[in-house]
Amino acid sequence: MTTRDIVFAVLGVIAAVSAILAVTTRNLVHAALWLVVGLGTIAGCYVVLGAELVALVQVLIYVGAVVVLVLFALMLTHSPIGPNRDLANPWWQRLLAALLAVSVAVLLAVTLVPLVGEGALASKNGDTKAVSTAIFGTWVWPFELLSVLLLAALIGAFALAKIAGAGLARRPRRRRVRPAPRRPAPTAADRRATEMPPPAEPAAAPTGASPSNREGSGS
Amino acid sequence: MMHLWLPMLLASVLAGAGTYGVLARRNAVLVLIGVELILNAANVMLVALGAQDGSPLQTGQTLTLFIITVAAAEICIALAVVLAMFKLQGHIDLSASPLLTSVEDSAVDEEANR
Repeated sequence: MTTRDIVFAVLGVIAAVSAILAVTTRNLVHAALWLVVGLGTIAGCYVVLGAELVALVQVLIYVGAVVVLVLFALMLTHSPIGPNRDLANPWWQRLLAALLAVSVAVLLAVTLVPLVGEGALASKNGDTKAVSTAIFGTWVWPFELLSVLLLAALIGAFALAKIAGAGLARRPRRRRVRPAPRRPAPTAADRRATEMPPPAEPAAAPTGASPSNREGSGS
Repeated sequence: MMHLWLPMLLASVLAGAGTYGVLARRNAVLVLIGVELILNAANVMLVALGAQDGSPLQTGQTLTLFIITVAAAEICIALAVVLAMFKLQGHIDLSASPLLTSVEDSAVDEEANR
């Protein structure tokens, strides 16, 4: 065990525990805050692994943007503050989920740990200059594609907000109107039937006049 | 000098926790938190494997940056979907949504279309 091993182990234990708490806590806001702790310590792990740029981006985008978005979503959806039992599925589904999760973790660990074996970190992991040279050199086309993806996500989010707004305007009205044609439909037909005779008399005159029209058209 | 099995262990624990979050939670935002944890497991794995001796082209770190960007786009869309769901239904409970468990709702729609 070297010093980096020990530092990584401490950070990793904190990250793992806070990740497990983030998915098991009964309090919505606590889940988001445990996610902050987990993602922050994972950023620390990146620093230990020698990837400073990735650690900074992790702090900026995950801890900064994503968690703020999650908290905003929690607040905008009127989530209950405080412990809440309705956040999780019934106990047998949770048991199955836990079984599956443990088996996923064990499977990954059994596969990955022997894969690296006694492999060690390179003495000099890629520094920021090397990474940026690689991104804007070798990886420049995927990088450009990512900008298109971000644009598409932006437009998609706008479109979704618009669809949701239109749905909000249309949906309740449709629900109210849809039964309405079913019941008033016969009544409207009745009304038309009852009102038919009175217009029928004036209509008789046009039909009487229609021959003249026809004559007019004929002549 | 640092052993690489530690990051691998952390990645597998994170993936397991994320899987549990996706499967066991009913609130849509909490399901998203599980997805984020799985993506972070992938990131830890990529950075650790990219830090091995002789890994070319800075693959690990570059792909990690790409995954972080994709995750940002993903969570942007996903939260827009969550907000749309909340506007349409008044809740974001995935297991109680008639649009996702559509037996009752489709029956109502068929009746309305008749």
